[in-house]
Amino acid sequence: MEEAALSVQNLRAYYVTGHFGMQREVRAVDDVSLSVRKNEIYGIAGESSCGKSTFIKTVAAAIRPPLRVLGGSIKYSFLDRDLYDLDERKLADIRWNHLSFIPQGSMNVLNPVRRIRESFQDFAFPHMGLGRSEFFDVVNRHLERLQLSPSILSAFPHELSGGMRQRVAIALATVCRPEFIIADEPTTALDVVVQKDVLALILETQREIGSSMIFVTHDLTVHANISNRLGIMYAGRLIEEGPTREIFHDPLHPYSRHLVASLPRIGDLTPKIALTGAPPNLAQPPSGCRFHPRCPLATDLCRQASPELTTLSSGRRVACYAVASAPATRPMTNDRMTNDKFKSF
Amino acid sequence: MRSYLWYLARRFGQFVLVVFVGINIVFFVTHATPIDPVEQAISSATQFGQSDPRAVEIMRKALRELYGLDGSIWQQYLTFWRRLATGDFGPSLSAFPTSVSTLIGQALPWTAGLLSTSTLVAWCVGNFMGGLAGYYRKNRLLKGLGIVATGLQPIPSYIMSLVVLILFGYLWPILPISGGVEMNIHPGFTFSFLGSVAAHSLLPVLSLALITIGAWFVGMRSLVSNIVAEDYVVYAELAGVDRHKILTSYVMRNALAPQLTGLALSLGGIFNGAIITEVVFGYPGLGTLLVRGVNSGDYSLVLGIASISIIAVATAVFAIDLLYPLLDPRVKVR
Amino acid sequence: MLKVLRDLFRHNREFAAGSILVLIVLGIVVASFFSPYPPLDSYVVPPDIPPSWDHLLGTNSRGQDVFWQVAVAMRNSLLFGISVALISRVIALVIGLVSGYVGGMVDRVLMSINDTFVVIPLFPILTLFYFMMHDHMSWVVLAVAMASLGWPYDARLIRSIALSLRNREFTTQSIFSGMSTRQILMEEHLPYVLPIVFSTTLNNINWSIGLEVTLSVIGLTNIETPTIGTMIYWANQHTAMVAGIWWWVLAPVATVIMMFIGLFLLSVSMNEFIDPRTRLARMGA
Repeated sequence: MEEAALSVQNLRAYYVTGHFGMQREVRAVDDVSLSVRKNEIYGIAGESSCGKSTFIKTVAAAIRPPLRVLGGSIKYSFLDRDLYDLDERKLADIRWNHLSFIPQGSMNVLNPVRRIRESFQDFAFPHMGLGRSEFFDVVNRHLERLQLSPSILSAFPHELSGGMRQRVAIALATVCRPEFIIADEPTTALDVVVQKDVLALILETQREIGSSMIFVTHDLTVHANISNRLGIMYAGRLIEEGPTREIFHDPLHPYSRHLVASLPRIGDLTPKIALTGAPPNLAQPPSGCRFHPRCPLATDLCRQASPELTTLSSGRRVACYAVASAPATRPMTNDRMTNDKFKSF
Repeated sequence: MRSYLWYLARRFGQFVLVVFVGINIVFFVTHATPIDPVEQAISSATQFGQSDPRAVEIMRKALRELYGLDGSIWQQYLTFWRRLATGDFGPSLSAFPTSVSTLIGQALPWTAGLLSTSTLVAWCVGNFMGGLAGYYRKNRLLKGLGIVATGLQPIPSYIMSLVVLILFGYLWPILPISGGVEMNIHPGFTFSFLGSVAAHSLLPVLSLALITIGAWFVGMRSLVSNIVAEDYVVYAELAGVDRHKILTSYVMRNALAPQLTGLALSLGGIFNGAIITEVVFGYPGLGTLLVRGVNSGDYSLVLGIASISIIAVATAVFAIDLLYPLLDPRVKVR
Repeated sequence: MLKVLRDLFRHNREFAAGSILVLIVLGIVVASFFSPYPPLDSYVVPPDIPPSWDHLLGTNSRGQDVFWQVAVAMRNSLLFGISVALISRVIALVIGLVSGYVGGMVDRVLMSINDTFVVIPLFPILTLFYFMMHDHMSWVVLAVAMASLGWPYDARLIRSIALSLRNREFTTQSIFSGMSTRQILMEEHLPYVLPIVFSTTLNNINWSIGLEVTLSVIGLTNIETPTIGTMIYWANQHTAMVAGIWWWVLAPVATVIMMFIGLFLLSVSMNEFIDPRTRLARMGA
């Protein structure tokens, strides 16, 4: 098997806070292992506060107290060492050149008092090793490729629309042609039409540059459109992983089944069943499998021991005793659902 | 461009309002209070020895006209504004026949110099150090400075000036503690004159700067520690943008606009501090003149200084408002 | 409540330092009620004695014991500060709550007036006021005059909170249930605003005492009432520093500085305790 673009082993990242003498630990990412192949878009899904944002912060080496990495390793193919063995300066060197980040669509990631031109200069100029005029030639060409007029360079962020700002952010993140891109809900908070454009733009740019990507969103329909493989997180753990098409077609973990079953489909009039209970408090996670309080298939075993993420014969991975022990039982298969339906959402 | 003009128009409106309300307060204070300045002046003029009642009557009439206290209250009100508009407050009683506007004209540059120097120094130094303290939260030295700044912040100007005066006037007398310039030096662009002015201004500037520097420091520190959590700073850090650039162009730069607004809002208070400091150091500005006016019962002088102070501060605030769009391109939002 | 105070004391250094300073000053103030000498009388003790066991902070040139003078003066100054703060609080609350709740034109007009009062330099106006009052100038008159000029900073703060309360669900609920505007402001919004008002009150007390000291020292108040300001005024009249009677000046200055820093630290820690944002920042730091 060819070398992975990113390989994460047993990653643990907790929020450790002390306030008025009380220690508190929130296990936002607990023992996650996964690898992203070259040229692949690896999607991560899960409800809010499942740990997916913390996971990518950790992978992007963007942690700040109170978040702390307590164990595990993160290896990129362009690095000879673990990500957390790098010093500050080396880290600054690989950022944007090799590893870049597309931020959430709802955030104001552009400095409000600086023109777009200056932002490009701050972010990309030191990494490109070009003269000033050459640099702006590259930037102009890149902007045009992303259907942005170079004239926006002299604008302030508040003079652009939300969709434009997000395109600028994508241009900013990809202008150095990085090998690895981390995208954190880049289409959230954009309206649906703009969302589609932005998604197409990301896909096109990723193909053109030939980079690998982690794409995080809670929106499964977006994953259906963009991700090659999909990992589903619940309460700080990766609970299922496999090719996106297969997960939509045949979700294995009871939680994934619920997620997929809750998607609206044209012509489907059956009422959606809400999952009972609430996501667990990660400061005091439940014993055993973290999903067991809400799981219809839970047994005593699930209450006591935590299931490992096991690889099935199909190559897919799932962390569930019920599924791993009896791979034949697959209720709730959605035969009617094909990937094509999602292609045209 | 239109939004900029609209902004200017609104700020100018505020300027007019400040002058209008301030001057009305002055008029109200002079007319709703028990003391009649004319009778006050007459009684102080006649307290030594007998006076001819006819002469007193003539004096009363002259003073009424001089003070603009002739006729009905509305006529007095209009006279008041007319005199203000022409800058004519009549002659000063204590420095007769020098006019009040001449006296104020002589004092104003001293106050303006003191105020602008100390404000500029305190604002720049306080913001810069406070910005550093907000950004490098773990630095010991900056933490220590933070404690000093927090301690300085609530001290009123009079107490601060007094402490500085005691320190440098009695315990370690190295600097002149009184006056604006040495007595026997001729004014002019000579080295000795300017040097003397600078030396005399050091202690007043120091005590004034000490009062405000703490507030800028603490304000900037808390602004910066909020701004470092802003999306654009986090993102720039994520992109490996140079740390110095992040500190200056991303963090501090975005805190400057609110701090400039803070300066405009606190200018009235800083002005109070300046004239009080002048009194302590006998600095020849508006403050010293004001107290002299009160002690010698010079109605026109006190009235003139109160009115001019309001106009001067309002003008300075308006000037700061004009600078604001340079720091914040999103000016139409406010 | 007690537990909160104890936790604050233990884990918030500003609160601990501030409360110790304020308690010391309050101790001195309470002691003033047991003063062995009537505060206004002079020549009750031998003049110009340096600090000793008999006279802790020495005596002054007017034959008064400096410690007991400071105690009475601090009591009066504090009382003055509290009065100004309370009166100006009422104005600030009314203007802030009405402006924030009613909004629109009313808000714009009130806030323009508010900003105007922020900018106007008070000291020349108060000086003019003294000039026009002279002997009629009493403690109460000065307090009212200062209160009617010292409200705008806090009115703006209260307004910004009221503005955010206006859009909350419980406000809509109250309107539908038929409460009058006055009722909504008094019964629903006031409790939200009060903690912040309390913290600004401490700062306002500082501000009033500071201004009173300044006016008194220059002789622009009733100099017969013993306050920290008038005490320094009399010391200056007797050129105490030049004569080497430094304790006469140092004692009131040091006491009032303790008061200033103590109250300020309390208000800082109070703000921090109320504001969830700084609380998070502290957790992160």
